[in-house]
Amino acid sequence: MTYQIGQPVRVTNRAHDGHHRTPGYVKGKTGRIERVHDAFRNPETRAYGEDGLPEVALYLVSFAREDLWPGLDGQSDERIYVDLYEHWLEEAG
Amino acid sequence: MTAPTPDHDHGHDHNHEPITDAGEPPAAARARALEKLLVEKGVIRREDIRRGIDWLVSRTPGDGARLVARAWVDPEFKARLLADARAAALELGLDPGPSPVVVAVENTDAVHHMVVCTLCSCYPRALLGPPPDWYKSLAYRSRAVSDPRGVLSEFGLELEPDVELRVLDSTADIRYLVIPRRPPGTSELGEEELAALVTRDSMIGVAQPAAPAAAAA
Repeated sequence: MTYQIGQPVRVTNRAHDGHHRTPGYVKGKTGRIERVHDAFRNPETRAYGEDGLPEVALYLVSFAREDLWPGLDGQSDERIYVDLYEHWLEEAG
Repeated sequence: MTAPTPDHDHGHDHNHEPITDAGEPPAAARARALEKLLVEKGVIRREDIRRGIDWLVSRTPGDGARLVARAWVDPEFKARLLADARAAALELGLDPGPSPVVVAVENTDAVHHMVVCTLCSCYPRALLGPPPDWYKSLAYRSRAVSDPRGVLSEFGLELEPDVELRVLDSTADIRYLVIPRRPPGTSELGEEELAALVTRDSMIGVAQPAAPAAAAA
């Protein structure tokens, strides 16, 4: 597991032609590691009949809602928590 | 009402529109075609599909409610549920289902969790049964992460401004189960009576549990 709880991370902003579990609304955004879940088979290869190995670490990453949707009305302290695989994360700040 | 089709005549004495698949949603037709192909290729058997559907529709929010009620009356069980929901479900003799990992999160006076799957309809089906239709709707999936307080308000849940709101987007292998706050006026209730207050929506985090009946309070 590369990242630790509390560490800031940025979600890689890259297109991915095929099945993947990184929602577009967090790509390029910076968040904070909240939980280190475990390692799981990679859904990006499993979706095409492969074994999904090697397993990849899965993290719960939180984002400030106002960073994700600047300009939208709402309370400023709301946070959106998203499960993301390690190969979509990079060090930030 | 439209008039019965004039040439509709197959020997019974009422009139109706011809019964066809014309109104079938495209996704249903696609699922049927996929199923047929997978069966023909020997990947799955129709029996497996039927058994899978039987298992899924046999699950109900009653199982999740039992976990929550036990957590309300037994702090040590709650700690175990928060640490490893699968093991806690097995401890109560419940079926936590196949692979996806269930993580329980606790709503308190200070923190409120709500759950969404923006990519599809990931949901702790083993413990809550099939998700409600609104959970799968584009409106809920897009608005839960952009206007969560507005969505909660439409469900009739007005959070105090000082409550920290956390929206959990279950995009991967984890399924989230919310342990709602125990309602006030329930200190005399037993575990079964408490479980009856734990609604499906309260375990998704879009509602509080039901209030106890006046007589029980």
